[in-house]
Amino acid sequence: MNYFPDEVLEHVFDFITSHKDRNSVSLVCKSWYKIERYSRQRVFIGNCYSISPERLIARFPGLKSLTLKGKPHFADFNLVPHDWGGFVYPWIKALAKSRIGLEELRLKRMVVSDESLELLSKSFVNFKSLVLVSCEGFTTDGLAAIAANCRFIRELDLQENEVDDHRGHWLSCFPESCTSLISLNFACLRGEVNLGALERLVSRSPNLKSLRLNRAVPLDTLQKLLMLAPQLVDLGIGSYVHDPFSEAYNKLKIAIQRCKSIRSLSGFLEVAPHCMSAIYPICGNLTFLNLSYAPGLHGNKLMKLIQHCRKLQRLWILDCIGDKGLGVVALTCKELQELRVFPSDPFGAGNAAVTEEGLVLVSAGCPKLNSLLYFCQQMTNAALITVAKNCPNFIRFRLCILDPIKPDPVTNQPLDEGFGAIVQSCKGLKRLSLSGLLTDQVFLYIGMYAEQLKMLSIAFAANSDKGMLYVLNGCKKLRKLEIRDCPFGDAALLEDVGKYETMRSLWMSSCEVTLGGCKSVAEKMPSLNVEIINESEQMEFNLDDKQKVDKLYLYRTLVGHRKDAPEYVWIL
Amino acid sequence: MESGCSKKLLDLIPQEKKWGFIENQNGISHGSSEEKKLELKLGPPGEEDEPLVSFGYFSSMKSNAKQAHNKFPPPLEDHRGGAVLTASWAKNHHHQPKPPSCSQKRTAPGPVVGWPPIRSFRKNLATTSKLASESPTSLPHKVANERKPAAPEPRGKGLFVKINMDGVPIGRKVDLKAYDSYEKLSTAVDELFRGLLAAQRDPSADGPKQEEEKAITGVLDGNGEYTLVYEDNEGDRMLVGDVPWHMFVSTVKRLRVLKSSELSVINLGSSKKGKMVQN
Repeated sequence: MNYFPDEVLEHVFDFITSHKDRNSVSLVCKSWYKIERYSRQRVFIGNCYSISPERLIARFPGLKSLTLKGKPHFADFNLVPHDWGGFVYPWIKALAKSRIGLEELRLKRMVVSDESLELLSKSFVNFKSLVLVSCEGFTTDGLAAIAANCRFIRELDLQENEVDDHRGHWLSCFPESCTSLISLNFACLRGEVNLGALERLVSRSPNLKSLRLNRAVPLDTLQKLLMLAPQLVDLGIGSYVHDPFSEAYNKLKIAIQRCKSIRSLSGFLEVAPHCMSAIYPICGNLTFLNLSYAPGLHGNKLMKLIQHCRKLQRLWILDCIGDKGLGVVALTCKELQELRVFPSDPFGAGNAAVTEEGLVLVSAGCPKLNSLLYFCQQMTNAALITVAKNCPNFIRFRLCILDPIKPDPVTNQPLDEGFGAIVQSCKGLKRLSLSGLLTDQVFLYIGMYAEQLKMLSIAFAANSDKGMLYVLNGCKKLRKLEIRDCPFGDAALLEDVGKYETMRSLWMSSCEVTLGGCKSVAEKMPSLNVEIINESEQMEFNLDDKQKVDKLYLYRTLVGHRKDAPEYVWIL
Repeated sequence: MESGCSKKLLDLIPQEKKWGFIENQNGISHGSSEEKKLELKLGPPGEEDEPLVSFGYFSSMKSNAKQAHNKFPPPLEDHRGGAVLTASWAKNHHHQPKPPSCSQKRTAPGPVVGWPPIRSFRKNLATTSKLASESPTSLPHKVANERKPAAPEPRGKGLFVKINMDGVPIGRKVDLKAYDSYEKLSTAVDELFRGLLAAQRDPSADGPKQEEEKAITGVLDGNGEYTLVYEDNEGDRMLVGDVPWHMFVSTVKRLRVLKSSELSVINLGSSKKGKMVQN
């Protein structure tokens, strides 16, 4: 098979960057496998329990960048108890012992201790980039270690992590010699930061392109930072509260106008809505605007701001924008590809401010729309059908009606037809989340039409096992299936257990599957870990196979049962 | 309504064909004429010949809510009826009643655990903002507010708003509930700032006062050296005194004492009577 020397193949493989393609390359023949594995630098592991760090290290000695994901997605919504797992420490420990020159680590939904961060910071001389998304378990002490020890750190990106903030000094731990920062995001930290240290850090980071501040950074510091870093491309504003008649505000206006490169704006964790005019000069260049943490911004002030953002490609907003505001988006943002509308009052008494009307308006005005996350008060089949016709390019379509079993309010019908239209029209759909009143019918449509679907999230839907079966039989590319509160039982679970080996994972909570059913899967499929999360004390003493299982999480793995599961997790 | 509303959507006994027609809570029965309106033939021909039906779904999500038409029936004894979302949805759902597990904290009617699917980072946004931006009579919230709102602090004992004065770098806070008229507020302003203003004029006065403290008067009628303005809940600057006191109290967010000579420079929002308020 080899007509070329290895070096040539290696060079060719350098151009193949997607994980999927590289995986395919490695399967062609033994020599390609060998060349590929030695030249591989970036590895993505979607489930940290599917493989062990030792095997990773053995196969990819040239590893430089590792992405790991831990807890199941529903952990974001408090459905997975604390201490379930997803610890990064064993990975860092193993990598530290090896000769791997790790440069980049990206973690999602993992438990990261200060100890891990410290070990990380001391073990890899060329470590450059740490990205933590939805992680927990560390404090600002761990960040201090990273700051102090990673001499060539370029990126420290903290997104929505639960961090125990010990206040302050970690920013001062970046040594004077550290001038390599390109990206710094600490928006999720709740505590005070040393503002002087922050200013000095920014002033000695000429390559800084992305800076996202937390709530504790006041306006006058923001102004100083912008004067120091007019080259910023991505800005996250912390506190934006000030007197519009003050000197500080005037200075800010001047500073913002110098920042001609800003394309991405977020934050506004505290905002005085009548001071947004300072932002207008940079709105025209924005491609990403995230106002989803700024409930103080709504009504006319918000709409006026949006009207300046004609080049927007991604917009994250709260539902206080209202249907009317979405109409403004539809008229203004013709380049829009991604829209996320979050609830500003998730537990309120039905006061969500957007309905199907807003979505229809956006679909009509923004033909490039391909990614949606939409929390709304209600949805109709007619609207979904219209949206499907207007926007056949959806890759991600996630709809959340705040009342999860609400039918079409106009016709009182389930939303089967509407979602059916979406899957039929959007042939490239990869991710779908359903809500509203739904019967087995919608799953029939999904099984028939959603050929590219990789991830499906279902809640409070269906009438019978048929729903789940339609999906398992029909969606050939399905990788992640997460289900809660649906009437799917053992018959559906056991119909085709081989299917689960083709998927990353399956989550089922508050369904009808029994302990016996789960045991059966575990018996038939040794390549799967079948985990039961079992929080009620009753179940400990009642090993009746007919017992309903509260939470089931199963996933394929090459390394058998994990050893770090807590007491309430049974691995069958 | 058929017996006991007990159409079990989640009926696992194989009688799937018999989905049946059920009247929903409004007593409207849905037959095939309703579905024809939304005819979208996506299903394969000749497959399921059961037309779409609606089911007696009752939402208890808004159990406290104003939507009067969403009444819900008494909880079913048969726990497999997942159609009825009662407050203890998660427990009724299974065959045998389970003791409340640690992830199901809510006992009162309220949101289901993990719904809506948003991260905890986003959950407190509304309560923080509502308390900060709405009037003292804000909406009831089921979620306990863990964060302190920005000024003013609405419920409970007082209504404290910030008050700043031109020429005085340090602001004060005043409890509007302690007054019942503009006159009393005006007097309070004088009391709060008279000393501070004098100190600003003569910062070296650390011994006995070298200058008389001047009373601050005429803040409401445009005749004095200073004028009282406020910022309302829409962010606009308004002259104090136009509206009835109680209305003022419900919309005021902060106060400012400005030099009257500067008034023409500053934009005031929707001041109907113009800049000078006549007594």
